[in-house]
Amino acid sequence: MRATQWMGKNHVEVNEVPDPRILNDRDAIVKVTSTAICGSDLHLFDGFIPTMKKGDILGHEFMGEVVELGRGVGNLKVGDRVVVPFPIACGACTACERGLYSVCENSNPNARMAEKLWGHSPCGIYGYSHLVGGYPGGQAEYARVPFADVGPLRVEDDLTDEQVLFLTDIFPTGYMGAEMCDIKGGDVIAVWGAGPVGLFAVASARMLGAERIVAIDRFDYRLDKAREAGATDVLNYEEVDVLDALKEITAGRGPDGCIDAAGLEATHPTTAVDAYDRAKTAVMAETERPHALREAIMACRNGGTVSIIGVYGGLMDKFPVGSLMNRSLTVRTGQAHVHRYLRPLYEKIRDGEIDPTFLISHTLPLDQAPQGYRMFRDKEDDCTKVVLKP
Amino acid sequence: MSSRSASPGLRRTARVLGLASTGLGVAMLRNPVGVARASGVDDSPTALSVIPVVGARELLHALPLLAGRPGWAWTRIAGDAMDLTAMGVALAHRSGDRRRRLRAATVAVGGLAALDLLTAARSRRRGPARDLLPGSAPWKGAIDVSAATTVNKTPEQVYRYWRDFSRLPDFMAHVREVRTLDDGQRSHWVAEAPGRRTVEWDAELVEDRPGELIRWRSLPGAGIENAGSVEFRPAPGRQGTEVRVRLAYAQPGGRLGKVVAGLFGESPEQQVRDDLTRSKQVLETGQVVRSEGSPEGPLAARLTHQRPATARS
Repeated sequence: MRATQWMGKNHVEVNEVPDPRILNDRDAIVKVTSTAICGSDLHLFDGFIPTMKKGDILGHEFMGEVVELGRGVGNLKVGDRVVVPFPIACGACTACERGLYSVCENSNPNARMAEKLWGHSPCGIYGYSHLVGGYPGGQAEYARVPFADVGPLRVEDDLTDEQVLFLTDIFPTGYMGAEMCDIKGGDVIAVWGAGPVGLFAVASARMLGAERIVAIDRFDYRLDKAREAGATDVLNYEEVDVLDALKEITAGRGPDGCIDAAGLEATHPTTAVDAYDRAKTAVMAETERPHALREAIMACRNGGTVSIIGVYGGLMDKFPVGSLMNRSLTVRTGQAHVHRYLRPLYEKIRDGEIDPTFLISHTLPLDQAPQGYRMFRDKEDDCTKVVLKP
Repeated sequence: MSSRSASPGLRRTARVLGLASTGLGVAMLRNPVGVARASGVDDSPTALSVIPVVGARELLHALPLLAGRPGWAWTRIAGDAMDLTAMGVALAHRSGDRRRRLRAATVAVGGLAALDLLTAARSRRRGPARDLLPGSAPWKGAIDVSAATTVNKTPEQVYRYWRDFSRLPDFMAHVREVRTLDDGQRSHWVAEAPGRRTVEWDAELVEDRPGELIRWRSLPGAGIENAGSVEFRPAPGRQGTEVRVRLAYAQPGGRLGKVVAGLFGESPEQQVRDDLTRSKQVLETGQVVRSEGSPEGPLAARLTHQRPATARS
């Protein structure tokens, strides 16, 4: 089959690779009909996530048709059309029982590597480095889906791939980011990053009843999309001082909820601050450029919530813990527990409450994945989201 | 994970030795003339230059000993040997009052040396593996590791799974086969050893408390002498069962063997931890979870040899 392979920093290729096989009884093989490039794939592309190996198959947002089943999967049939959540979860451990699917205790066979870096291991993830299992990803013609009796959601044929594909990651991730803010009527929510996850966070904050939603980014075309998603205010951080602007918008209080949907590759308008973190990450003295997170903490109102859904890898410097502690802030975070949100968000799409297709800017054949990666990373051609068709 | 600490009594003795070392060292450095006079060698000009050096050496012994590391008494023994030799030579050339003082000093150093020797020897003999199986085997240099995990099943379920020894190879990467022998108390084990070899042994149950504890040990004549225990306890907050494994074995090659094996990625601690992780996977999900990109090392080699499940399509 053909698959998108990570060949080193800034280098992906689409090549012929062996077909996936059923390795565990509860596996399924899915023929991929649509897959997408995620913002977190860019962290791999840019070489920020350790333990990638040359030849690893990328992609954790994919859906398709079941073509083969292990004997332990009773709830799916060959021919079923499914969306596949990006966290691999067993459904049987204590974490899964509590609905914390992205910290499943059994799905990362390389848990020992993750334990060294993070103390404990999260779940396994498709195409997302050996630290989280070394599972091949779904930017391919076929993909192996472990614990297929737990993860995939069967979808009806009257919805297009584009309408349901983002249930695999970015929609639940954005939704969880908003949900963690415990939004009450009248709340002001600020979202750092108007990429796909940030856009879904904006849309979800609106669905959850936020009164004002502020989107923060440096690309006007992405801020336009944020307005489309429901943002009432947009801030281009290259043009305004975000802390001042948020104080102005909230008459000095600060937003009730601050969602960091930017993650470890954030940029900072002040050259010196940006240079500090760039230099430190270059020599691996820290692994993050946490500008958005620092700003989100500083901006949040006293007693408010900082919700982190942007991806971080390891260690950061200059964390404003004094602000966090002295002002009674709550920090909530996590990789999305996608399984929890699949059904309810699917219903919202069916009911027409949200149309996730609004953020797709490009649809490409799988063979053009390398161009897709570059375009998405460099924000060329007003790229917001790339869908690949194997 | 592995525990190799000395008993409290031994640590106390080590500290006493450390204090003695400190006292001697400080005295020799601050007042070499006084020390020379007390020990009857004040007539020798060499003694005055040697004493501060010995004092410095005493302080070097003192540091780890004060920290309660009895093994460092060995360094004191080497020093004692040097001192006693020098004092013996000096005794041969002294007479009268000097000789008396020197003899008293030599007896004192000899006494300290005896205590050093006792402490050092005890630090050696106290292998922690001994308390896993008191009175058994020469566990000198044995590897003693422990690991724990929490499994989302009842203690009875987890116990029952472990008690069926024939299933242990499902998750113990280096155990190839376990056969229960006729009486049910003994079993035959076949395990992989470095360099494509296998080792075999018979083991017997030492203790078997359903739902609580299993202890076993190898019988005489084992290729690798070993003993182990696995304990099951209900986890607080109804989180399943806490499983604690302890394993001791006298590895071929002793400590050196451990270092060499470590170079090839076979750290005993990691092995036990990985085995335990896989046991949790089997108990909770029914199988060892596999991924195509498994980690390097012996584990990967093993996983690639596993047969994939049969598909239905």
